[in-house]
Amino acid sequence: MTASAKPVPDWQKDIFRVLKEGGIHQIAYVPDAGHAHVIRSAIADPAIQDVVLTTEEEGVALSCGAWLGGQRCAVLMQSSGVGNCVNMFSLLQAADFPFFTLVTMRGEYAEFNPWQGPMGKKTQAALELMGIHVLRASEPAEVAEIVSAGLDAAFEAGEKVAVLLSQSLIGRKKWERH
Amino acid sequence: MTPPQRIDRRAFVARLLAAVPDALVVTGLGSASYDVFAAGDRDGNYYLWGAMGGAASLGLGLALAQPDRPVVVITGDGEQLMGIGSLATVGVKQPRNLTLVVLDNGHFGETGMQQSHSSLGTDLVAVARGFGIPDALSMDHIDGCDDVVQRIRAGAGTAFVQVFIEASEPPRALPPRDGPFIKNRFRAALGLQPF
Repeated sequence: MTASAKPVPDWQKDIFRVLKEGGIHQIAYVPDAGHAHVIRSAIADPAIQDVVLTTEEEGVALSCGAWLGGQRCAVLMQSSGVGNCVNMFSLLQAADFPFFTLVTMRGEYAEFNPWQGPMGKKTQAALELMGIHVLRASEPAEVAEIVSAGLDAAFEAGEKVAVLLSQSLIGRKKWERH
Repeated sequence: MTPPQRIDRRAFVARLLAAVPDALVVTGLGSASYDVFAAGDRDGNYYLWGAMGGAASLGLGLALAQPDRPVVVITGDGEQLMGIGSLATVGVKQPRNLTLVVLDNGHFGETGMQQSHSSLGTDLVAVARGFGIPDALSMDHIDGCDDVVQRIRAGAGTAFVQVFIEASEPPRALPPRDGPFIKNRFRAALGLQPF
């Protein structure tokens, strides 16, 4: 499983550009291959605080702290991480915080690992159950617009928004070891 | 395990907060929130009534966003244990202006005083150090409060402070539960505009 040396897809570059233009100053993440470019770019950007999390729910609370202090935070996670967040999402509703997360999907397209299925297939429903508005990007060309729309809804209207990045964007995971 | 002497929680928190009037304060749910409110309500207090395990992470996001203001998280052992991994996350970032204060009575006070891990073998200072927060200390006398104040004022690095408190239940002092009110009041005190 090689992690690098592949060209960065344009849609991943688009995401980082949209986050920068949208005034995001904290990027909290549990890594996923689909977030790799944004994470690398956040680490390299002195104007952005990159925060690696041990579990995604930390990112929910961190994002609220950032907003209390006047900064916009984006939380990057994989679909399995949504399940880790469920009770912490209460914070978003109870105090009416803006929230913006990008979720790379697993368990829905050419999935090799059956353990990804149960949470991946319920990711959208779990988000919606907890009052989070869900947008989805499935084509590379639409990623920038949808991420931008979600970011604006979060920080201009105070909504809680998740943008799901379809597994088809990321493509089939290569399982061969070298 | 249990140190011989234990600190009165209300007295400790009141003395601490009186000495750092400009600190932004985040409280973990339950008794820590009551202690901070009992010490005097402030616009710069952010009281959690839920989100168990999230206090340190919320404090981290705030400390990164407000690097010139001291940020103090005051929580309990149970709350910190639920978000124990957040100490690793704090250990990576180590904002100079962040102080984590764990009021440790070794029990889950809100739910009937069941013993928690911190009185059943877990050493929270060792955990914090292991997670990469070198300035981690415990105290069992109220005079230790002055060391904490010094650290908050100096803003010289993230500190983790375990305060051994009595497993007492002082009278409830309930801060507002209206989350949007607390949030908006806090942001207004920082001069932040509504969207």
